[in-house]
Amino acid sequence: MPARRQVYLDHSATTPTDPRVVDAMLPYFTETYGNPMSAHGFGRKAEFAVENARETIARILNCRPSEIIFTSGGSESDNLAIRGAAWHACAQGKNHIITAPVEHDAVVKTVAQLANVMGFQRTILPVDHVGMLSPDDFALACLPKTAVASLMYANNEVGTIEPIPQLAAMARERDVLFHTDAVQAAGQLPLDVQALGVDMLSLSAHKFYGPKGVGLLYVRGGIELTQTQSGGSQEDQRRAGTQNVPLIVGMAKALELAYEERDERVPHFQSMRDQLNDGVLSRVPGASLTGHPTQRLPSHASFLIEDLDSGALIMHLDVRGVAASGSSACKTGNPEPSEVLLAMGYTPKEASGSLRLTVGRQTTPEDVEFTVDTLVETVEKLRKLSREIIW
Amino acid sequence: MSNNADIRVVVAMSGGVDSSVAAALLVEQGYDVVGMMMRLWSEETVAGGAHNRCCTPDQMADARRIAARLGIPFYVLDTKEVFRNTIVEFFIDQHRQGVTPNPCLECNRHIRFNFLQQNALALDADYLATGHYARVAKGADGRYVLRKGIDDHKDQSYVLSVLGQEQLAHALFPVGEYSKPDVRKIAERFGLPTASKKDSQDLCFIGDNNYRRFLTDYAPDVMVPGPIVRRNGEVLGQHNGLVNYTIGQRKGLGVTSPEPLYVVGINPHRNAVIVGTLDELGQSSLTAKRVNWVSGETPSAPFAARVKIRYKAKPVNAWVEPLPDARMAVRFDEPLRDITPGQGAIVYDGDTVLGGGVIERPTETT
Repeated sequence: MPARRQVYLDHSATTPTDPRVVDAMLPYFTETYGNPMSAHGFGRKAEFAVENARETIARILNCRPSEIIFTSGGSESDNLAIRGAAWHACAQGKNHIITAPVEHDAVVKTVAQLANVMGFQRTILPVDHVGMLSPDDFALACLPKTAVASLMYANNEVGTIEPIPQLAAMARERDVLFHTDAVQAAGQLPLDVQALGVDMLSLSAHKFYGPKGVGLLYVRGGIELTQTQSGGSQEDQRRAGTQNVPLIVGMAKALELAYEERDERVPHFQSMRDQLNDGVLSRVPGASLTGHPTQRLPSHASFLIEDLDSGALIMHLDVRGVAASGSSACKTGNPEPSEVLLAMGYTPKEASGSLRLTVGRQTTPEDVEFTVDTLVETVEKLRKLSREIIW
Repeated sequence: MSNNADIRVVVAMSGGVDSSVAAALLVEQGYDVVGMMMRLWSEETVAGGAHNRCCTPDQMADARRIAARLGIPFYVLDTKEVFRNTIVEFFIDQHRQGVTPNPCLECNRHIRFNFLQQNALALDADYLATGHYARVAKGADGRYVLRKGIDDHKDQSYVLSVLGQEQLAHALFPVGEYSKPDVRKIAERFGLPTASKKDSQDLCFIGDNNYRRFLTDYAPDVMVPGPIVRRNGEVLGQHNGLVNYTIGQRKGLGVTSPEPLYVVGINPHRNAVIVGTLDELGQSSLTAKRVNWVSGETPSAPFAARVKIRYKAKPVNAWVEPLPDARMAVRFDEPLRDITPGQGAIVYDGDTVLGGGVIERPTETT
């Protein structure tokens, strides 16, 4: 195939691992390879690395190291937070869970399982047309028997930033455990858990230029969770399994770099995203923004394009060198309209033309220009195609 | 001389050996190859949970893996609604009219070489390639010619008879130049799976191949019992739904008679199966509609040719007369027993496909 330009605009899906992070990880594969639980020197060295990583992260989150549990990623963290809190609470007769329709599947499916298989009750809060939650609606939903509430910090599909400090305050007043999935927010928004006021928070390294396969759950001291992965006594008996030392080291390094460099990264993301926005909204007929126009992730742009199929759009963009995603795009050609967009009030037809473009550290203005040009050309071709296929 | 690397070809991949080898050959020849699979309509719930025979999630995973091994992109085109509205509805509707359709002809006409091919061209491809055993070439006069594949056992030119100049100009059939055993050898050479899905006389969208069940579920009105009659109207018995009967059928009639009886016609208006003796069965001619001439030009005069009246039939000598309104009349040298309305009558000149049409119901049958 002839060499052609490739622009990656799917940073909300994953990010490339920073070479400095890779360097930080390497010694822990072949040199410092001990099991952190072992009593000998090899184990101690590995444990040291894990605990250093924990301390680094705790500083950034403004919490105690003992409040960090390492997991295999954001999905596991969400599962542990919600299922662990729910199981623990139901022994005290609390069997109600609050969540939102715009949450990541790891939250939605976990809550659904607790409701359908284990008899928990759930309240799904409404969202407005830009996907924003209302603290008042949340306050009304809180009950004495509410075990846990899980509401995300920033939405992956439409970028909207939720009013977490207000929501967490409401939860605290009503003695409701508050978990937030901060997977998309990490690296861009503040993660000070005291300022946020949350009880639990999930992160995933591969969204902030760290490796895939590792994440963490912050759990405020004093909160008890029922173990969801049982076995050895790692992570203070809260999550069994030999810690993935290189990945944990990598995650800490990536988070450290992200917050050290935030003042350069975030303005860059915003500038590239705004250029993309301007280009798309002014040059693509029938394109509209989804999610909140200003209270949104700096790197995130999402659109609906009229009379187009997301799957076809993604395919055509890919073949022309732009990697993007659409919330209803599906690799197996069996698209379902996005639950998030439906909850925001879009019709299935409107929701079928979704396109998400998320910029990153390496995105340049030329990349953005190329993307907008390619998108304009692609949309024109696809619209022509649907007009011309004759039966 | 143009560089193949500048020519993009979309290959319709099914996960099976023929389309995989087609893709591999094109990659070897240096084309800019893109693999694509159509997600077709499948029944949501079938007894036993059978899917489509074709284009299942498993086959999709196979096709995706093969594409990755060949180093080519792979996409899935959502074709469910289009396929359902044109092919599945057509199939049901034809059965309602007492006619036995060949949906593969319709699929090539509307889906593969219209919907899919147009999508391929929109992806900046110059060609759509498939794993069909057939050949296309440009003649001296600049017109495209469709020919049988080299392997007569596997030849699929019959189902491609619906193509015209526009479609052929942008079509490639890489495996048509090879025999099936050679295709298997090529697959081995490329390290591709050599197993073939079962030869397709079965319909791809009826997972368990049970036409009766499918039509009972989707068009129960064609499963209504009715009379079995002679041509003179004499009622001999009951049938259990028109779909169970096909012209030339002898078995399963459930009527006693001194001479062997065969299905000689179907009358959907009376929901009747018409039976007759062997000499009533033979027909020497047929008319066909929706005739496509591959060259793009209707022949100006009648001519001699060889005609196949179904996919697996042997070509027989006939005299073909083009008629107005995209129709034709075909007169056979010898009477045929199983001329079935709804099937394709495809016209050959040696191994060249001249065209074909859909066999009409004979007007003398009541």
